[in-house]
Amino acid sequence: MRLFPSLYGWVSERLDVTPLVYLVKKKSVPAHRHSLWYYTGGMTLFFFGVQVATGILLLLYYRPSAEAAYESVQFIMTEVKFGWLIRSLHSWSANLMIGAIFVHMFSAFFMKAYRKPRELTWFSGAFLLFLSLAFGFSGYLLPWNKLAYFATKVGTDIASQVPVLGHSILVFLRGGEEVSGATLTRFFGFHVAILPAAATFLLLLHLLLVQVQGMSVPPALEKNPNAKSIPFFPNFLLRDLLGWLLALLLLVVLASIFPWELGEKADPLAPAPAGIKPEWYFVFMFQTLKLLPAEIWFIPGELAGIAAFTLGGVLLFLVPLLDKNPTGRWGRWISRLGWMVAAYIVAFTILGYLWPAAK
Amino acid sequence: MAGRKMTSLLKDAAKANGLVVALVGALLLQAEADDTCLECHLQLEDNLQAPALQIQTDVHYQRGISCAGCHGGDPSEVDPDSSMSPSKGFVGSPKPRQIPSFCARCHSDVEYMKHYNPKLPTDQLAQYKTSVHGKRLAKGDTQVATCISCHGVHGILRPTDTRSSVFKTNIPKTCAGCHADKKHMAPYRIHTNQYSDYLQSVHGKLLLEKKELSAAACTDCHGNHGASPPGLSDVAGACGECHPSNRDLFEKSPHKEPFQKARLPQCVACHGNHKVLPPSDEFLGVSGEAVCIHCHKAGSKGYEVSAAFKTLLDSLKTATEEARQLVKKAEVAGVKVGLTKFDLRACEDAIVRSRSELHSFNLADFRALVQDGMAKAERVKKASLLSLEDLEIRRKGLIFSAVLILFLCIGLWLKIRKLDRRQ
Repeated sequence: MRLFPSLYGWVSERLDVTPLVYLVKKKSVPAHRHSLWYYTGGMTLFFFGVQVATGILLLLYYRPSAEAAYESVQFIMTEVKFGWLIRSLHSWSANLMIGAIFVHMFSAFFMKAYRKPRELTWFSGAFLLFLSLAFGFSGYLLPWNKLAYFATKVGTDIASQVPVLGHSILVFLRGGEEVSGATLTRFFGFHVAILPAAATFLLLLHLLLVQVQGMSVPPALEKNPNAKSIPFFPNFLLRDLLGWLLALLLLVVLASIFPWELGEKADPLAPAPAGIKPEWYFVFMFQTLKLLPAEIWFIPGELAGIAAFTLGGVLLFLVPLLDKNPTGRWGRWISRLGWMVAAYIVAFTILGYLWPAAK
Repeated sequence: MAGRKMTSLLKDAAKANGLVVALVGALLLQAEADDTCLECHLQLEDNLQAPALQIQTDVHYQRGISCAGCHGGDPSEVDPDSSMSPSKGFVGSPKPRQIPSFCARCHSDVEYMKHYNPKLPTDQLAQYKTSVHGKRLAKGDTQVATCISCHGVHGILRPTDTRSSVFKTNIPKTCAGCHADKKHMAPYRIHTNQYSDYLQSVHGKLLLEKKELSAAACTDCHGNHGASPPGLSDVAGACGECHPSNRDLFEKSPHKEPFQKARLPQCVACHGNHKVLPPSDEFLGVSGEAVCIHCHKAGSKGYEVSAAFKTLLDSLKTATEEARQLVKKAEVAGVKVGLTKFDLRACEDAIVRSRSELHSFNLADFRALVQDGMAKAERVKKASLLSLEDLEIRRKGLIFSAVLILFLCIGLWLKIRKLDRRQ
């Protein structure tokens, strides 16, 4: 306000911004030994912003058809000024965003941030996690390169294992029996229209809830009489900005060390290359399905795996309803279970990359 | 009167041969009400009935030429003795020896054939007389192929009809009908493995498996009506119909004369005849699979030249492969390759041209061509490496940005600390 007094005066004469100014001045954020995790949400938001900005720029040249997709991405990377940078940032930022979401989700989980009255914040966040995975899955196919093509084929094949509806899901996802130009067109539709609309709504809701309810403090520190806090403006905001800058630094370093490749154009008639893997965030599920026996009791192994992951997703979503007494014995067990799930995800992701391709 | 008689006869036919024959007969009667040949033969059995059934798809019949067109007689007469009377021009079935001239009555008549197909050649009989089949027939050998052996008799189809026994993809099997029959070929003392060899050949695989109609069948090398094995000096001519540049190069090559003297059948000497295997670069040089060493023994000049040909070709292939890998690396990395890909195509063309050029067996010309190709490959490699340098430029730019961001982070961190201390 001091920086731009005339602008502030001009606006305040026309719009009562006093509540907003009051909120900014008075709002404070808890400061404790775990408050570092608060910034993971901001970093995720930053990566989302990068995705939106770079995605819009890519849209100017990208052509969603089997005949032109690869060539259009090639054009972006070779002919458009700084097109390679935009594409590399979009690809890396997508992966970092999903990584940041996982970290943010687990930090909120272990700090029991989902407990009353923040259940809605958790629900919206869990939905955003699922949407991000869908963003990743649909976006991976868009450059129409060999790896993406076959990874999509494998991924959609897994979906067909669902009893009764499996084949219908497969046809819905692929736009036919095979991964084709029709699949590309609908994945493009999901990626740039349906998912962004849903994600924007949920993200606004999520942010609104965080602002209205404030940051959650872990139960162990909640009743501390000497609890500290820092002003939201400028102290927390500057720290958040530092988090954004660090995220940008990581993004730039990764893009420079490992420039995102274009790959070879997809050829539906060519044999699948050995060792096809999905994107890293699906590897733990993919590896689990690979290691499951053909049959568990009388249920096909793959089907049992899909059922278990679906159940896992539902349980994750319903955590606030399952953990009614976060500081009690049951709450501690849920935390332990969370650690086990985190360890399982990390272990199976590593295993997925170390596992020989032939197996 | 005749209609009533026919109806009663058809009723009997239906009882004797079944409803189908009667219905076919009825349909034919509708179309050819006055063709008593068909009317009667449809009521007969086996060999006497078969021609009347087969003729429906026959190209001659479809163009209005019925039984009497070839066999003579009067198809308007109901009485068989009258309709098949020699006085009415009836000639019956020709003897095998008569068949070529029998068909040639029309097929060698230029004026007559013009009415049906102005493009159809009329020299079949003249050609046939020059063929091994024709010559033997003239000497009284009636076991040789005549017109009907290949084209069929009463159900003759156009050669362009895929069902025809002389449609391109059916020719090998038609010829094999006799030439793969050991018993049939025994008196002529010729091999019967041509068909089985052909099936393994590059031509056979293209024609029969990939249905590539431009691939050579028996008649492309041996001729059809004038079928005969090409003479020793005609082989290049036969192969050259499809491979003209190789033929021209061979004709001017130093191999031409010695091959003739040694009675080596030109192209066939290295590539084989019926079993022409897909050409391989290993044919060249002095390794185990090389064909050059069949004549050029170690220590001879020819042996050294063969080795030099192979070395040159291999070096061009290696240079092109290296260029291709670099272009691929640049393309996969997402840097501009554009025109370099066209230049790579020129290298690949140089390999194809070299493979053809070696039929001149002129080492100096071959070396010049290979060196030109290698120079192109070098240019492609340089251009690709230059493109890949873009990656380094991009990387350096990003590292510079990262350093700037790092300084910004440090600055912001110091600002935060200062702010905290003040409070």
